[in-house]
Amino acid sequence: MEKMISVQGLSKVYASGNIALDKVDLEINKGEILALLGPNGAGKTTLISMICGLVNPSAGRVSVDGYDILTDYRAARRLIGLVPQEVALEPFEKVINTVQFSRGLFGFAPDKSYIEAVLKKLSLWDKRDTPIRELSGGMKRRVLIAKALSHEPRVLFLDEPTAGVDVELRKDMWRIVEELKADGVTIVLTTHYIEEAEALADRVGVISHGRILLVENKDQLMHQMGTKELTIHLQQSVDKLPEALAGYALRLAPDKQSVIYSYDTKAERTGITGLLADLSSAGFLLRDLQTSQSSLEDIFVDLVKD
Amino acid sequence: MNLHAVKAIYFFEMARTFRTLLQSIISPVISTALYFIVFGSAIGSRMVAIDGVSYGAFIVPGLIMLTVLMQSVTNASFGIYFPKFIGTIYEPLSAPVSYLEMLVGYVGAAATKSMIIGLIILATSFLFVPLQIAHPVWMVAFLALTCVSFSLLGFIIGICARNFEQLNLVPALIITPLVFLGGSFYSISMLPPFWQTATLFNPVVYLVSGFRWAFFDTADVAVTYSLMAIALFSLLFVAVISVIFKTGYRLKP
Repeated sequence: MEKMISVQGLSKVYASGNIALDKVDLEINKGEILALLGPNGAGKTTLISMICGLVNPSAGRVSVDGYDILTDYRAARRLIGLVPQEVALEPFEKVINTVQFSRGLFGFAPDKSYIEAVLKKLSLWDKRDTPIRELSGGMKRRVLIAKALSHEPRVLFLDEPTAGVDVELRKDMWRIVEELKADGVTIVLTTHYIEEAEALADRVGVISHGRILLVENKDQLMHQMGTKELTIHLQQSVDKLPEALAGYALRLAPDKQSVIYSYDTKAERTGITGLLADLSSAGFLLRDLQTSQSSLEDIFVDLVKD
Repeated sequence: MNLHAVKAIYFFEMARTFRTLLQSIISPVISTALYFIVFGSAIGSRMVAIDGVSYGAFIVPGLIMLTVLMQSVTNASFGIYFPKFIGTIYEPLSAPVSYLEMLVGYVGAAATKSMIIGLIILATSFLFVPLQIAHPVWMVAFLALTCVSFSLLGFIIGICARNFEQLNLVPALIITPLVFLGGSFYSISMLPPFWQTATLFNPVVYLVSGFRWAFFDTADVAVTYSLMAIALFSLLFVAVISVIFKTGYRLKP
């Protein structure tokens, strides 16, 4: 697969001595959505900031579509749109002016119809002449995205795009991200919300303490690391499970009307057939069965705990 | 060369000026008018002419310089400090823009604004004193060079300032004394010999002298020295700024 961003041995040691990023290697494919997950202070923003030219790398190299971010910074940066984590906007300027400003800054000639399309896509067209300080927090985030999209980027960095955002805007953002992906834009997003990574990402990278712990295809990750749970609802309530079922390590649900069985889908034998037979011979009548896969969140919590 | 970016920064900064048109222009004009009334009319009427120029007219170039220097430093330092303060600086720093392009945009806008104010004050002064300009082209050239040179200094101050207090400190503590001791209101030949020599280390002397020469054809120091001095300051300031951008000092961690 063609590479869009290549990060090699990238490190950042801040003046305070804090090692924010420690020899990170990362390849990001063209047109994919990569979600970077990690706790606060893991180095997600530092990584993005270095690729975008906001933080000087201490060591290592980054190239964007083959252009080195230091020696070929003009070509590299023209391709990149950045939506920062903090809302930073000129408070007295009108929405449309600040978006047009961004387009010019990235070396693009003014294009009224394109800016109009971007503002309409983000439901900002009606607010185009409003000074930014009069907008709500959610609207300001939309303006940040409009600015990042103003110069038709081929790579979009979204640093915690939905932190503190209401459900409607979050859904809107997900829709926009999917539209951009359909246009072939490569998207890197950092997030706290596992739900977001689960909904959007093609691949998931997990960062902790300045190191990338893994980068994995999302479905594969969930498949590989996920265990499944089978919940068996019983006709009658039970206080204690019979000895004959001890081998299955069943858990009794608090309602005492169902038992939960964990199993590994990749194992040779899941043990489900045996369990159902043994339940039946122990005299239990079954009402319903239900299986569930462990979420990315469970996997993530397992990975970053020291 | 990213011309679109230079234009974008320049007009974005100019828009800030036009949003605050009243305070940007009215206040310097009023304070200069006060100087004219006090120094030009009240005190000036009892002063002898200097080098054949009436005192009221003599102080016009100095007064314009006084305001233009302060305005250049303030505009340029605020112009770059404000985006740093509210965080919008992330955008030019992550854009395909060289530091020279950023400089042309930000410093160009700041210098334009102080140039406009300088010309307005000049127009105002015609209301108070009879005035002739001996070398009008040189007058505009000196004004423009001074605006650019001190906007460059303001840009440095804006990048280095850690808070609003520091932003105000340098103009108040360094620029104001330099301007007042730089011959705005007197000819340095009126000073005792020791202070005449000491004054030659004050960069503002060269600016005021050159500017005054453009009006009255008389100067404290030779015009070529004035021009060389302005060129030297500008080059020095640009060199400092290039180091700042190369190292990312106070801009990039």
